[in-house]
Amino acid sequence: MQAYVQDKPAPELKPPIAQVGVIGWVRNNLFNGWFNSTLTILTLLLLWKVVPPFFEWAFLDSVWTTTHEGCKEATGACWSIIYRNFRFIIFGFYPYEQHWRPLLAMLILIGLLFYSRDRTHWNKYLGYGWILGLAFMGVLMRGGILGLEHVESTQWGGLPLTLLLSVFGLTAAYPLGVILALGRQSKLPGLKVLCVLYIELIRGVPLISLLFMSSIIFPLFLPEGLTFNKILRAQVAIILFTGAYIAEVVRGGLQGMSRGQYEAAESMGLNYYLTMRLVILPQALKIVIPPTVSILISAFKDTSLVVIIALWDLLKTTQSVLSNPEWMGFSREAYIFIAIFYFLGCFSMSNYSRKLERELSEGER
Amino acid sequence: MIEAASEDLKARPSEEVMIEIKDMHKWFGEFHVLRGIDLTVHKKERIVVCGPSGSGKSTLIRCINRLEEHQRGRIIVDGLELTNDIKKIEKIRAEVGMVFQHFNLFPHLTIVENLTLGPIWVRKVPKAEAEETAMYYLEKVHIAEQAQKYPGQLSGGQQQRVAIARSLCMNPKVMLFDEPTSALDPEMIKEVLDVMIELAHEGMTMIVVTHEMGFAKSVAHRVLFMDFGQIVEGNTPVDFFENPQHERTKLFLSQILH
Ligand SMILES: Nc1ncnc2c1ncn2[C@@H]1O[C@H](COP(=O)(O)OP(=O)(O)OP(=O)(O)O)[C@@H](O)[C@H]1O
Ligand SMILES: [Mg+2]
Repeated sequence: MQAYVQDKPAPELKPPIAQVGVIGWVRNNLFNGWFNSTLTILTLLLLWKVVPPFFEWAFLDSVWTTTHEGCKEATGACWSIIYRNFRFIIFGFYPYEQHWRPLLAMLILIGLLFYSRDRTHWNKYLGYGWILGLAFMGVLMRGGILGLEHVESTQWGGLPLTLLLSVFGLTAAYPLGVILALGRQSKLPGLKVLCVLYIELIRGVPLISLLFMSSIIFPLFLPEGLTFNKILRAQVAIILFTGAYIAEVVRGGLQGMSRGQYEAAESMGLNYYLTMRLVILPQALKIVIPPTVSILISAFKDTSLVVIIALWDLLKTTQSVLSNPEWMGFSREAYIFIAIFYFLGCFSMSNYSRKLERELSEGER
Repeated sequence: MIEAASEDLKARPSEEVMIEIKDMHKWFGEFHVLRGIDLTVHKKERIVVCGPSGSGKSTLIRCINRLEEHQRGRIIVDGLELTNDIKKIEKIRAEVGMVFQHFNLFPHLTIVENLTLGPIWVRKVPKAEAEETAMYYLEKVHIAEQAQKYPGQLSGGQQQRVAIARSLCMNPKVMLFDEPTSALDPEMIKEVLDVMIELAHEGMTMIVVTHEMGFAKSVAHRVLFMDFGQIVEGNTPVDFFENPQHERTKLFLSQILH
């Protein structure tokens, strides 16, 4: 056999021109083969048919601040329905002069959420901050002390109610789900059976029926005279429901952990609690960030189901504007507004989860 | 360096008993894995355990820190008997270091964090002090420059050395090794064995399950041969390799020595 010895090293060349730059990209991604070319052209046609008319309707021909009469004359969108009814949509039946209180409460909430975005801020002082902030928000909303007029929770509605139900619902459902998942993995048979029963029962009924149960059936079992706040009952139903779903997702993450991780932690003398907290959960919960966020997102949207037990969340206040004869017929605008709100909420959640995932997997394989 | 210090490898283990196992049995369901193990390990003694696959070597050393539960007989580690008392088990585990075949480092923590986790949470050592100890042991396993990396960024041999350092940070009284080199590429085996030999020089009590017979010959006080859940033969390395008594030992040695 002839021995091979390289005589000169290969020079470094530029890639062929057709594969780089805008033209290369378009050719490779949009027009590679007749099928993709047809699809590209059809899509472009569709966009041409839809986007300009929508743009015209939503922006060029639209009115923003007129009364309902002005809207009747306009050919485009009537965003005035939002503008004219803004305070009712946002605050519902909360007393008009007191609107600054829920507004302030929401600002605190959003500020806290925003500050908590950064993982380096997570410490015990932030925890205290949340507790203080929540207590202060409660005082603001309820009143009755500090010279604040008392506002019944039946008058709460609109955006504060939606935020309350979702922020509390999600933050309480998550730890509940983790605990249930751990319980389901437990070696104690009693605890395990309880958790399995709970998870399967809750997952077996729709949220709507849980809400009905909490608002209609549950009070029947309470002793005479004892009543629970309706919002609280809906809140508990949402937490219980979402927790069961989170539990199953977290269980999936726990099952993905190798036995070696448990053994390494245990063989150092770490107890069950520390093994879970320091070794298993940080890894398992990270694996399941994407499905967890899906659940949180759908739970966020599901909070709008509370309309069926006559709570006035953001969706309901907006809808009720539509039943006002003056504004009837502008449902497109109203629902687009709601859609934008929910989209922003969901989008920032999934965006944040991706950021978190990226940060947590830094340096790891 | 190993040549020069090999004098102290000849030092006899002390008379004090570190681990005592008496007529210990274990079953996996119906399967009788360990069938009456009697073993006394003295302080500073180094024992190598070998035997065919499935003979129960891993199970034996995993019983010593209760990763597996034995069903009959007694295991006493440093004066404490292993029972169902979870507090006692945790106490024993803190004194017994374990190195696994597949390293089992914590992938979500950096190397230093891997090393300080046990000392901080089990021994309640202040963080700064734990980090100092961690760097000392990383230095010892020749890997200090990797301290801020994650396990996934290290080679197998480096990971195993980190795993050894992680156990040492707990300042254990005994170290258990379960085939520490058998998941490694050949060129990395030596770097791990070298670390273990250094450890032997310092008088660590060690029980090592391995098929590295060179290591057994130069380091062990005693070599045990296990088969079918029993200790079939135990002897000094010289006698064990040159003059095996039991038929099964002879067969096993003839199979692995070439
Ligand atoms: N968790 C378990 N459940 C059931 N059987 C097991 C379990 N762990 C081990 N065994 C069985 O017990 C026997 C002894 O296993 P062990 O791992 O102790 O063997 P070993 O001597 O370490 O072998 P190897 O050299 O392959 O590691 C094997 O037959 C194995 O299949
Ligand atoms: Mg084994």
